[in-house]
Amino acid sequence: MMREKRPLLSRVADSVYWMARYIERAENVARFIGVNLHLQLDLPLAPAHQWQPLIDTSGDTAVFKEKWGEATEDNVIRFLAFDDQNPSSIFSCLRFARENARSVRETISSEMWEQINSMYLQIQLQRAMRQDDALPEVLRSIRLSCHMFQGITEATMQHDEAWNFLRLGRMMERADKTSRILDVKYFILLPSPVNVGTPYDDLHWAAVLKSVSGFETYRKRRGRITPIDIVEFLVTDQEFPRAIRHCVDVAGDSLRQITGTPAGALKYSSEQLMDVLRGELANARLDVVIRTGLHEYLDGLQTKMNEIGDSLNQDFFVLRPEKRTGSVQNQTQGLAQSQWQKTGGAPA
Amino acid sequence: MLFDSYQTQGFHDEMFDAQGNPRPEARLLLETIQSLEEGQLLRSQKAAERLLLQMGITFNVYGDSAGTERIFPFDLIPRIVRADEWEWIERGLKQRIHALNSFIYDIYHGKKILKDKIVPEEIIRSATFYRPQCEGIDPPLGVWCHITGTDLVRHSDGQIYVLEDNLRVPSGVSYVLENRDLMKRTFPSVFEGLQVRPVAEYPDKLLETLEAIAPPGCSDTPTVVLLTAGIYNSAYFEHSYLARQMGIPLVEGRDLTVEDKVVFMQTTKGLRRVDVIYRRIDDDFLDPEAFRPDSLLGVPGLLKAYRAGNVALANAPGNGVADDKVVYAYVPEIIRYYLAEDPILQNVPTFLCWKESDRKHVQQNLDKLVVKAANEAGGYGMLVGPHSTALQREQFAQKIEANPRNYIAQPTLALSTVPTLIEDHMEGRHVDLRPYILFGKDIHVMAGGLTRVALRKGSLVVNSSQGGGSKDTWVLSNGFRKAVTP
Repeated sequence: MMREKRPLLSRVADSVYWMARYIERAENVARFIGVNLHLQLDLPLAPAHQWQPLIDTSGDTAVFKEKWGEATEDNVIRFLAFDDQNPSSIFSCLRFARENARSVRETISSEMWEQINSMYLQIQLQRAMRQDDALPEVLRSIRLSCHMFQGITEATMQHDEAWNFLRLGRMMERADKTSRILDVKYFILLPSPVNVGTPYDDLHWAAVLKSVSGFETYRKRRGRITPIDIVEFLVTDQEFPRAIRHCVDVAGDSLRQITGTPAGALKYSSEQLMDVLRGELANARLDVVIRTGLHEYLDGLQTKMNEIGDSLNQDFFVLRPEKRTGSVQNQTQGLAQSQWQKTGGAPA
Repeated sequence: MLFDSYQTQGFHDEMFDAQGNPRPEARLLLETIQSLEEGQLLRSQKAAERLLLQMGITFNVYGDSAGTERIFPFDLIPRIVRADEWEWIERGLKQRIHALNSFIYDIYHGKKILKDKIVPEEIIRSATFYRPQCEGIDPPLGVWCHITGTDLVRHSDGQIYVLEDNLRVPSGVSYVLENRDLMKRTFPSVFEGLQVRPVAEYPDKLLETLEAIAPPGCSDTPTVVLLTAGIYNSAYFEHSYLARQMGIPLVEGRDLTVEDKVVFMQTTKGLRRVDVIYRRIDDDFLDPEAFRPDSLLGVPGLLKAYRAGNVALANAPGNGVADDKVVYAYVPEIIRYYLAEDPILQNVPTFLCWKESDRKHVQQNLDKLVVKAANEAGGYGMLVGPHSTALQREQFAQKIEANPRNYIAQPTLALSTVPTLIEDHMEGRHVDLRPYILFGKDIHVMAGGLTRVALRKGSLVVNSSQGGGSKDTWVLSNGFRKAVTP
């Protein structure tokens, strides 16, 4: 007998969304470290500042400085891969992903849960063993495990509302990470738009592409490596899975499926914001952007994505006992609270 | 080799008789085990444990830091129950649940049994789990105990006794279902030969029970949810497992809200009405307006909605009054009173410390008896006389004098044993058995239940919090006798 479509609990939607974001984040951090390790082998002069950008990409510069001090290879890798005090480390991301998955086990498939659980058990083991030689292999296996999780998700989970929240989370995270890596690398390499052409530029830009698994695709689509082409490719390509525009488009499609709003109409504020961002990305002129300030442009994109995140929270996740409280919950406070719950507070 | 040095040591062993000969129903299993390559069983055992960890089948340990999860140790050697014995246990359980349900209904309505002086009124008035808030409530179908996990033990006299009724929020059934899955993977051939009765229909039966108690007037497919305290609760795995198996939402208190005595859940599309709640949190935490005001886990106004008949709760709040161990002692009388039948399953003889003559006997025999607090579970608040020190006995003697109502005592039972894999060989370990009974339109008893095993040598305490593990329970179907015995 067919049962009526089950409504999705706000809390469950929230957890599924964050579970996906954390998995995606873990994968990205693993890829960033791996590419940097690889890049280092190609750079005979081994610039001392090569590891700092990775910290900046994950946005935890202050946390790092306080605990680890200097951005040596060793420090940065431990911080990014295994530090449980770093909320963006691979270890923390997988832990939070698992906590969220654990709270929605009845919504996701058993196979998805087992994959997340085994990823967590794996990183726990590697964290305890700490074999530096094995690191590239470890990072590769984390990346593969994350890809496997995406595959398992596609193949075993009902493509229902929860799945759309999952996809929404994954794509918002991916767009954010692509914009960050572009921002940081651009900042390092091109302090001013006219200053192009140091000896290692090509290597660095190739590394940027590799860190989003975009090197091969880029070659096919654009050929020679030039900063403008790379930026345009990573921001506005419609088909490359890590291009910001592609991510936002897919996220927007999922959001529309969630709301069920007919084409042409906009019901929720998150939909409106998403719609605006999609339009902007579709019409972006990157040559103009680069001349006037890429950093400012990327910063603007990130702000808009954060606003979408906040309004998703308001539209779908925040528990609103409508009649019981008169006051509207402060946005940031609500967000902080839900974050705290995700990172494992006191036992109930 | 595995069984070379196996001793039953004067206990009733579920697999071997007193002479050390295998019981007929255990022969096929024994032959299979003995035909395994050396070390195979141990390897299977390790593989099973790894699988449990991989699948995240764990329980949370209280008092440990957040995130500490352990697997519930699992032993591959099952407990076997003959078809005819099970048939008798099942009848006994149905009778008992019927009577207890009538009793709880009576306590919250006319209190006839108290007026007729079968059960002393003061016992009820002083029972911790008697809830005056529930007076006069009429739950759908008149059912108060929808899901029960009765603890049964077998003494060295070969007799099965009821140890506890566990009417409130019994747990453990998910382990029964997962254990069976593991066993099927490990011993597929034995299953075929023995005709073990399945347990897999439990989630279906549970859902059927929950849908049956939906408030009259709600839609054809009522919205049923499972209410959990959240991922830090020790039984969280089970909550999510059952929700998944039944295909119902797993909710926390903060997902629910009560408006005009109707319960709603907060979804991405706004509020949706909830008809039935299988609640896995205690009465105390259910509704801060009705019970503990400091509860953060519950739903304010839930009891009012329940009393108004707008939502059904399973189990019914207040049913714990019959879990009081002093009330337990009256169950045989309760059965006679409501059903005019003799009890099929026996109670363990129980001394009530609030009776002066009983108390004197208990105080003089503390070294032989097991003393239990009337309202505790999980193996806490308990003195096992023969394993106790003089100091512990002294402390309990004082506790009993200070609050005789709160203590009962029972003879120390020599729980039956089942062979258990200890390193590379078998040793007997003590077990109990918790079958699960569902009560909706009628009563359904799961074929089997959770066999808990005290893994520490000589220990009689089977609780998971105190070094217990579990085994699969194989109830044989009637076909077995014809198939195997000549």
